[in-house]
Amino acid sequence: MTMPDVAPLLDSMARAIESRLAPRFPQAPAMVGIHTGGAWLARQLHRQLGLQQPLGLMDISFYRDDFQGKGLHPQVKPSNLPFNVEGQHIILVDDVIMSGRTVRAALNELFDYGRPDMVSLVALVDLPRRELPIQPDVIGITMDLQPQQRIKLTGPDPLTLTLIEPSP
Amino acid sequence: MTPSTPPHRLQLNPRGRLQHFLTTEGLSTELLTEILDTADSFVSVGKQAVKKVPLLRGKTVVNLFFEASTRTRTTFELAAKRLSADVLNIDISTSATAKGESLMDMLWNLEAMDSDMFVVRHQASGAPHFIAEHVTPTVAVINAGDGRHAHPTQAMLDMYTIRRHKGAFPQLKVAIVGDVLHSRVARSQVHALRGLNVGEVRVIGPKTLIPHDFADLGATLHYDMAQGLKDVDVVIMLRLQRERMESALLPSESEFYRLYGLTQEKLAFAKPDAIVMHPGPINRGVEIESSVADSPRSVILQQVNYGIAVRMAVLSMAMSGQNEMQTVTGEQ
Repeated sequence: MTMPDVAPLLDSMARAIESRLAPRFPQAPAMVGIHTGGAWLARQLHRQLGLQQPLGLMDISFYRDDFQGKGLHPQVKPSNLPFNVEGQHIILVDDVIMSGRTVRAALNELFDYGRPDMVSLVALVDLPRRELPIQPDVIGITMDLQPQQRIKLTGPDPLTLTLIEPSP
Repeated sequence: MTPSTPPHRLQLNPRGRLQHFLTTEGLSTELLTEILDTADSFVSVGKQAVKKVPLLRGKTVVNLFFEASTRTRTTFELAAKRLSADVLNIDISTSATAKGESLMDMLWNLEAMDSDMFVVRHQASGAPHFIAEHVTPTVAVINAGDGRHAHPTQAMLDMYTIRRHKGAFPQLKVAIVGDVLHSRVARSQVHALRGLNVGEVRVIGPKTLIPHDFADLGATLHYDMAQGLKDVDVVIMLRLQRERMESALLPSESEFYRLYGLTQEKLAFAKPDAIVMHPGPINRGVEIESSVADSPRSVILQQVNYGIAVRMAVLSMAMSGQNEMQTVTGEQ
């Protein structure tokens, strides 16, 4: 299976954000990338869209629901939301959405900073294997993989999608 | 209490991850750095409107303080609460051990209440280690200071403070000043500084209060402030434990202050941008001049603040090390 190039996907996502999401925002939105892949994508989208508010970054490790089984991620990065979340319109960016659990954790963290007016979700790759009722508003590409296959975004320069085959 | 497995091995699980936190001795540079990095992320939690993350939700943390320490206990309590754990503070002086219950009986009772973590402060060196050896495998033990042996979370919050204000360790000269002999903090600091490959670590104090084995730990020994403080980037003052005066190790408090008290004049021997640290509680006019403690170069209150984030890091990493030996699942 050949992996799609990231750059054209980002272009179409930026266009979709402008045409579909922007009209719903009564005020200039703020963007938040989820570490690590989502942060790389958000940095590019933030620049392409020329957003005025500084970019926010979030590491959701402290909000995961698998701490009991998996423990703490060894390389947790600081979250930094350099704007007031209260009343804000926020575009959340992640690289791959599959179960929806990362987004659940991100929403929980976001609400510990304040009560946003609206949150939209943007993801580069959608693997439709949801375990929670969470759907992205803008998707780069939807991919249908074998049950054990995964997608990984490497970067930040260049941004590349890699297929991870199940270890035998 | 004769421990069989050395603490630096007991505190790591088979994958080399923290499962207890007993000492800074023998910890790898990577693991020490990971504690500091994780603490960095917890500092941002203190900036949230809701200063809480759900990591230890449903876990019970027991603060077991056999020796009073308001600051250490409250920062541990705050750290556990910000991790969403339930916290139990046991005041030993009023508890059953005072009625003759043995330490192990008491621990088994607390375990029977499904406790997940013990934070232990004890006047006897090795007590947290002893407890770690005897608790149920899923329970994590954190050393909150034992005898003259170690105070690893204090040392790590000091390392965090140094890194935050001074950057990379290999370029730094750090001086630890005062009653090194009776200080569990000094020992843990030297181990941590060496583990983080600090440029140079010096201990300064009167001969009677500087144990010779500190040279074996990799510190250089100084008995004179002018010489010892020359060009250092960090000055860590230790509390002079007044109760030690009686043991004839020191001529008098005023004599100690004259020779080793950190005054503006003595601080001038250090680099112009050197920071001043102190684990607290400070004795103004005994080991540190008031104007030094309150000066912009003093980071004593920042240390207290960072202490919460560093303890959150240690608590969550130790709990994580206990957890990860159980089921492993994957998701995206």
